[in-house]
Amino acid sequence: MSPATVSDGARRFAPGAAALREQQAYVAGQAADARVNVELDTGDMTLNIGPQHPATHGTLRIACRLDGEQVIAAEPLMGYMHRGYEKLCEVRTYPQCTTLINRIDWLGSFANEVPFILAAEQLMGVEAPPRAQWIRTILFELSRIANVSLFLGDMGVQIGALTPVFFAFRDRERVLNQIEEVTGGRFHPNFDRIGGLKDDLPRGWIAETHAVMAKMRGFCDEMEDLLMGNEIFQTRCRGVGVIPKDVALSHGLSGANLRASGVDWDLRRDANPGLAWDQIDWRVWTHPDGDSFARYWVRMQETREATKIVDQLLDSIPSGPIMTKVPLIIKVPAGEAYVSTENPLGEMGYYVVSKGGLGPFRVKIRTPSFSNISIVPWVMRGTYVPDIITILGSLYFILGDIDR
Amino acid sequence: MADDTDDGTETPGDEARDALAAELAELLGDAVVETHVEAGQNLWLRIEIEHWRTAITALRDAGFVYFGFLSAIDWSDAPEGRYEDTEFDGAGVGEDEEETTSATASDTVRRGGGETRFQLLAHLHAPARHAAVLLKADVTDVDGAPASVPSIIDVFAGANWHEREAHEMFGIVFDGHPNLEHIYLPSEFEGHPLRKDFPLLARAVKPWPGVVDIEEIPPELEAQLEAEVMASFEASGAGA
Repeated sequence: MSPATVSDGARRFAPGAAALREQQAYVAGQAADARVNVELDTGDMTLNIGPQHPATHGTLRIACRLDGEQVIAAEPLMGYMHRGYEKLCEVRTYPQCTTLINRIDWLGSFANEVPFILAAEQLMGVEAPPRAQWIRTILFELSRIANVSLFLGDMGVQIGALTPVFFAFRDRERVLNQIEEVTGGRFHPNFDRIGGLKDDLPRGWIAETHAVMAKMRGFCDEMEDLLMGNEIFQTRCRGVGVIPKDVALSHGLSGANLRASGVDWDLRRDANPGLAWDQIDWRVWTHPDGDSFARYWVRMQETREATKIVDQLLDSIPSGPIMTKVPLIIKVPAGEAYVSTENPLGEMGYYVVSKGGLGPFRVKIRTPSFSNISIVPWVMRGTYVPDIITILGSLYFILGDIDR
Repeated sequence: MADDTDDGTETPGDEARDALAAELAELLGDAVVETHVEAGQNLWLRIEIEHWRTAITALRDAGFVYFGFLSAIDWSDAPEGRYEDTEFDGAGVGEDEEETTSATASDTVRRGGGETRFQLLAHLHAPARHAAVLLKADVTDVDGAPASVPSIIDVFAGANWHEREAHEMFGIVFDGHPNLEHIYLPSEFEGHPLRKDFPLLARAVKPWPGVVDIEEIPPELEAQLEAEVMASFEASGAGA
């Protein structure tokens, strides 16, 4: 892929916060430009993006049909990383399942464990002690910061700016160090237990984490200066890949992708499954534009908000045990439960069916990226080839989260 | 938008969900077979399969505009973890030692009901009302295979991939779906992996290396392990 073709960018630059622009209007504008080259009879051609492409964060293949440089149809082809977790969970006990679940969204692993454990706790009728819930929420938000800060830098790579991603890797490591200090794992903590947590916080961790949160706020400011205010970045992202509200809802988009389309919906606030988010003061950020820029902006604000959430939670951790009494061999009573949480990528939910055995009878894993990427055929139609990369980047997905 | 959250809707108790269940039962009329509310958790609606599409359309028009997911459950009993001797006979419970437990369990387990082998499962949100509903529908059996069901992709465009996944994993055919091809598996793949009678070869050819397998633990061993752990647990005072 050639790097940013910015020469025609000014045409797409929407000054200020443009009101919701229908994609049809955008496509019509592009089609009008394409008419300039009408004497060049360009037949349809097929272009494969991926399976190995930096923008795909793994092995996603997108088969595009092009007319000149304009996309007529784009169809994601996945399954290169399908590991069959729903089937594998059926032959494992509940504690063994968390090992698999860690590897769905590998950049925010701890956040994956929480809804599954909460679903099992609902079925068993046990509740973790307040201290455990507080620490769960803190680690959940740290996973969000570690996950989304990488996006904030990586979005620059998609438009040819290489520096931000190195800053992101540098500063993400600070957060991963904090997670590692508690759980022993940088990426796969496997720390959440039915009834509580494996361990308590180490000594001195709270002060260190406060310092890291301040650093991460600095990182966000840095990204804003480096990237968000950059004219090329704005030109490539504003008014590109617009997803209106109703389309986003009917495709099941979730997380920042939904909020960037102006839907005020966050499961942390609207369907809190029992963690500490309702105990503190924070807000949900939305943006009316629905374009790539809005998705970046919302994630930036959410990262800042998450640092504030962590700071408040750290100051108010209750004392007490971190584990409630549960049997050694966990047998979950027969029943069904669905718990979903607002993970770094969006709504992640587990529908757990138990028949009273040692392991689940069926686990349906609702992953955010699967639904988020299902918008690709709709949103790519009529865009130009370089925009495929920025739109994909702004939708932000993790391959393990699509393929499970 | 607002700084503070909407306190009244944060933890809807029994009343909110009961009222919603009554309202939706009223709205959908004959289509609803039964409703189930689990206090503070979820609301289930079991729908007649022939009304699947119309009921979901009615729900969407009533404010449930946000599509969560669509999937299916295979309720047939398979000896969990021992796939090598799993041969689904189409009759449900086999003649193994788990017969009693599964038979009693399945009476209580089906919150949304379920008399057939396959059940459709969907989740819809109503963002403006801070409500969500889990939908179920029994898929009619035809000689052990599921009969085709109506597709809902013209109601929710996002159902497209979910129906493709349910098709390849369970073999459920969605009428009116334009492109029911495999989404994860190679196109030449045969079988439907999430059906209970589909063997998990990795477990069949190689035994589980750990101590605790999904198979039942002998009661005397379980009691012994339990006693050991609870003793150390109480000694450390962690549960106090």
